[in-house]
Amino acid sequence: MAVSLPDENFTLQATGRVARRQAISRASKWVLLGASMIGVVVLFALIVDTIVVGWSRISWSFFTSYPSRFADQAGLRSSFIGSVWILSLTIVFVVPIAIATAIWVEEFAPKTRLLEFVKLNLANLAGVPSIIYGVLGLAVFVRLFGWGSSILAGSFTLFLMILPMTVIASQEAIRQVPPSLRQGSLALGATEWQTVWYHVLPGALPGIITGVILALARAAGETAALIMIGAFTFIAFDNTSIWDSFTTMPIQVYNWTVRPQEAFRQNAAAGILVLMVVVLTFNTAAAALRERFRN
Amino acid sequence: MAAAGTRLDADLGAALSKRRFKRAGESVVKLTLVAAASVSLFTTVAIVAVLVWESIPFFQEVPVRDFLLKTDWQPLFEPITFGVWELIAGTMNIVLWSLVMALPIGLAAAIYLSEYADPRVRRILKPLLEALASVPTVVYAYFALTFVTLNVLRPIFGDSISIFNALGASTVMAVMLIPTIASISEDAMASVPRELREGAYGLGATRLEVAFKVVLPAALSGVIASVLLAIARAVGETMIVAVAAGSTPNLTLSPLESIQTMTGYMLQVGLGDAARGSVQYRSLFAVGLSLFVITMIFNIAAQLVIKRFREEYD
Repeated sequence: MAVSLPDENFTLQATGRVARRQAISRASKWVLLGASMIGVVVLFALIVDTIVVGWSRISWSFFTSYPSRFADQAGLRSSFIGSVWILSLTIVFVVPIAIATAIWVEEFAPKTRLLEFVKLNLANLAGVPSIIYGVLGLAVFVRLFGWGSSILAGSFTLFLMILPMTVIASQEAIRQVPPSLRQGSLALGATEWQTVWYHVLPGALPGIITGVILALARAAGETAALIMIGAFTFIAFDNTSIWDSFTTMPIQVYNWTVRPQEAFRQNAAAGILVLMVVVLTFNTAAAALRERFRN
Repeated sequence: MAAAGTRLDADLGAALSKRRFKRAGESVVKLTLVAAASVSLFTTVAIVAVLVWESIPFFQEVPVRDFLLKTDWQPLFEPITFGVWELIAGTMNIVLWSLVMALPIGLAAAIYLSEYADPRVRRILKPLLEALASVPTVVYAYFALTFVTLNVLRPIFGDSISIFNALGASTVMAVMLIPTIASISEDAMASVPRELREGAYGLGATRLEVAFKVVLPAALSGVIASVLLAIARAVGETMIVAVAAGSTPNLTLSPLESIQTMTGYMLQVGLGDAARGSVQYRSLFAVGLSLFVITMIFNIAAQLVIKRFREEYD
């Protein structure tokens, strides 16, 4: 019984067509990785370009000066203060309404066709372009309610704009809370609201806060909606009331970007650096929070 | 015995009335929640009402027929015409060229993250890609006008490309759209059952073949949904096109020319180019209505597709 041994040339290495298919597959990994990196490379170029152009304008006086027709004297003071006012008011409006909406949808709403409609409506509102919210704010808050191009009108506009995404994030957070917590609470005699307030909300809170921070980052960078309600103005005073006219950092950046003079472009780049630090801080905070409370 | 009974009754009564009080509180809470939830319904109603109501006086001056059939958008100079197609063409120009760039890149990223990347690379690459979605659009606008047009496109195309051009805006828009396409497509690919992949590997398919011939077709509806959402975002994006694509309505799909989109025109009016009460000012709402309807169609289509693909593997 002679066992036929494989001849010396036998190998597990594929040959011919199979080898070619395997080679193409191996190469595809690097092609796909390269393509995935394109966006990241552009982001990197953007940041480097902005730093190169704008860094020299970053100084204390850039933060303490009002806008000016002289580029080297212009600063972010009024637009920074305007942004802080707008964001603070927006957060006050959006947090209770968004959480209440999410609780109703997830915990209390009868599972009817109305609920389906409410959910579809939220998803669609999240996709409505921001400039449409600006038109809504212009027609309703600025004109109909007679609030003018005020901080109140601006923050109501942004509140409506970020409400859908905040509600959707809160819904997801509430869904993550295990049903056994609710059942346990209800079985011990707690009412539905007590169950939600003492058990569901605390469990969902990290997710909700993450969603709110991400929505605020969106609001902090919003330009078009606020230009529509009339925030593209020259402000050379510190805002002190919700009835003041205002401008915000992204609008100031836009203003400097569209001016033809090179010197204003430096201001735009410097403004972008500040804006990016703010937005990236929001996003990093949200990411850190999500990572921390993963389980 | 009787005394004990009364005490028990009293306790029970107190407990019951406390419970009734709680119940009353519950319904107040519920009503509050319903009121909050109705805010988003009112928002939709208000958007539609404002756009339709304010468009009516415009369409009394400019017949709907002219608005939808004429191809000249010339709101400021004689002869004044409001043919919306020139603005829609501008929007289509941007959508077309930004998708030409964003779709292959976004899909490649989705396939790489879902089928190739080892967890360590994934943990770094995915947040970086998502960071692209968080950059404020005015920042992209600056980048499109200065870096992309002046430092990249001008040296390549010379004077055949205008300073304000569709290509610069589309390029940067594509970067903005990559995360939309990549993350939704990747979610769809991740929900393709393992068995399908294992079956293909068992038959001798390579990784590339599994990715393109098994996973991609199985996740197709998710990919389509991601593209529909990306289109809706591109249609509604304002700052990039307003700053970098120009403000000359132009019935062309050429990426080298200066154009104007629906959103670009709306922002121009919003910046105060038209006096309130003038027909130019009112055209804002007619264009806004068109924009709203178009984005709505793509958003609803995306919702329907997503709903269908969710049911497929459950």
